[in-house]
Amino acid sequence: MARNSILGVFAKSPIKPLEQHIRLVAKCSSQLIPFFAACTKQDWDTAAKVRKQISKYEHDADALKRQLRLELPGGLFMPVDRADLLELLSQQDKIANKSKDIAGRILGRQLTIPESLQSSFSKYLERNLDAIDKAAEAINELDDLLETGFRGREVQLVEKMINQVDAIEDDTDSMQIQIRQDLLAIEKDLNPVDVMFLYQIIDWVGDLADLAERVGSRLEIMLARK
Amino acid sequence: MDILLSSGSTLIILAGVVGFFMAWGIGANDVANAMGTSVGSKALTIKQAIIIAMVFEFAGAYLAGGEVTSTIRKGIIDASYFVDTPELLVFGMISALFAAATWLLIASILGWPVSTTHSIVGAIIGFAAIGVSVDTVVWGKVLGIVGSWVVTPLISGVIAFAIFNSAQKLIFDTDNPLQQAKRYVPFYMFLAGFVLALVTIKKGLKHIGLDIGAQEGYIYAVIVAVIVAIIGKFYINRIKFDEDAVKTTQYANVEKVFAVLMIVTACCMAFAHGSNDVANAIGPLAAVESIVSNNGEIGKKAAIAWWILPLGGIGIVAGLALFGHKVIATIGQGITHLTPSRGFAAELAAACTVVIASGTGLPISTTQTLVGAVLGVGMARGIAAINLGVVRNIVISWVVTLPVGAGLSIIFFWIMKSVFA
Repeated sequence: MARNSILGVFAKSPIKPLEQHIRLVAKCSSQLIPFFAACTKQDWDTAAKVRKQISKYEHDADALKRQLRLELPGGLFMPVDRADLLELLSQQDKIANKSKDIAGRILGRQLTIPESLQSSFSKYLERNLDAIDKAAEAINELDDLLETGFRGREVQLVEKMINQVDAIEDDTDSMQIQIRQDLLAIEKDLNPVDVMFLYQIIDWVGDLADLAERVGSRLEIMLARK
Repeated sequence: MDILLSSGSTLIILAGVVGFFMAWGIGANDVANAMGTSVGSKALTIKQAIIIAMVFEFAGAYLAGGEVTSTIRKGIIDASYFVDTPELLVFGMISALFAAATWLLIASILGWPVSTTHSIVGAIIGFAAIGVSVDTVVWGKVLGIVGSWVVTPLISGVIAFAIFNSAQKLIFDTDNPLQQAKRYVPFYMFLAGFVLALVTIKKGLKHIGLDIGAQEGYIYAVIVAVIVAIIGKFYINRIKFDEDAVKTTQYANVEKVFAVLMIVTACCMAFAHGSNDVANAIGPLAAVESIVSNNGEIGKKAAIAWWILPLGGIGIVAGLALFGHKVIATIGQGITHLTPSRGFAAELAAACTVVIASGTGLPISTTQTLVGAVLGVGMARGIAAINLGVVRNIVISWVVTLPVGAGLSIIFFWIMKSVFA
């Protein structure tokens, strides 16, 4: 008898799972801080444990992503475009993937950040994670956006948050340039293969903020349509 | 003709039993549609919903069900064709009831969202057009009724869109939504109370013996509406809000205010449903009763017998009491993102549309009107996800119900004719 009712008209909301997903992703990437701390101490056992945790979060995020996709069939009428929503979801998911890649590469080569770079690198990492947190905060406004019919003050609030993500990403760009220069200055004393991978890790960490920015712009596009 | 004299009371009792059964089915099934949004958005508990439904379904049926009943009774069929063979009209009306009740039962078992209104209208047209003669159906009127099925969801959608947007402007998109909610929600209560009171006064009180003039009617409606708003305001002031409300929980507090409003709109919805849908069960019964008790004379002016509207009302309430609990419990689960501020807009719009349609005597489908209203809120970007597949099913069931109701009623008509004649 349940189908014989008006309530069959209301489909499951994709908004809560989407918020849940970005929270999971943010939790996943935030594990990079204890991970790098362990690496600095050359404590590879702990690092392996943290990497496992990162991998688990990434896996959970994947499962959530898949479930959300399955629950979002074509015949839904939503206040936002379905394609935009799915695109936003895959951008969010890429953050978790990238975090896992970083941890995997570091652990696989038992790569340590050179001592002279450590403090600026951890600041750089934290700044990138800031961008993710800010993006997650913006995504978590989605339920309030729904309350307000995706318009008005709430949209301005979210746009402000998205601008903040952009600003943080700019920050990380200039930090990245600085770290590369610092690495360049000491690279002749290091193992050349390690240096190659260090450059790659610096790139990848920088990608985190890029991805957060992309999440922000997908959200912006989602709000702008319709 | 003789048959009406010899077994007239049997026929009335037969029609009464089937009519009661039909009303019972309406109560058991349709209540989910009328009360579902309130329970789904957690503004009401199941028990509260049942109590409200019982009181207001009965009130709606008794006070405002008369106009639609008249339409079903004598609007669809041109009675002058039956002057010489009134027994055919009696058989037909009973067959139509049988057909609609059977179809309702089958659809309920299979879980199809059919409209009781469509089945009874289809059934009446069926026996008259095929069983008797195509000319007996007042096609102009039928066209109007079918047209109203297209127009009313549209109207209620537009009203829902407007109500939702006004709530956004006045309450949500402001510096202090909670303050604004406390200020403006009583106005929506006023609106709900006004529409309800006006229709009751203009259409309902006459047949229970009170005749109130047009101007007085408006004044009384305003008074009732003001009382509703004041009571609502009183309850809003008693809500306990999350005191350390940061920006994030503010909307949760606003929704608490809307939850109070939703109690009012739930009453409206139950009233509207009762007023429109009771006719599906008792319209044919009223026709049978009036023909039989006038010894076969098809009296156009005859009033509906005093016991018929209450019988329908009691039937609906009985259905509610027995099965409503189970039905509402099933639908109350699994709704996550229907907040009272959306539910209220949809319910108020649908209730207003249905109540007004009832006042003009149009038998419309409550479910379809509510679906129209929900889509209206959806257009205003207020609902996270609407299942268009289910909407399509509801529309299909509406199209399918007409020929099925007609077919069943023709079969029952032939059976009755061979049994009694």
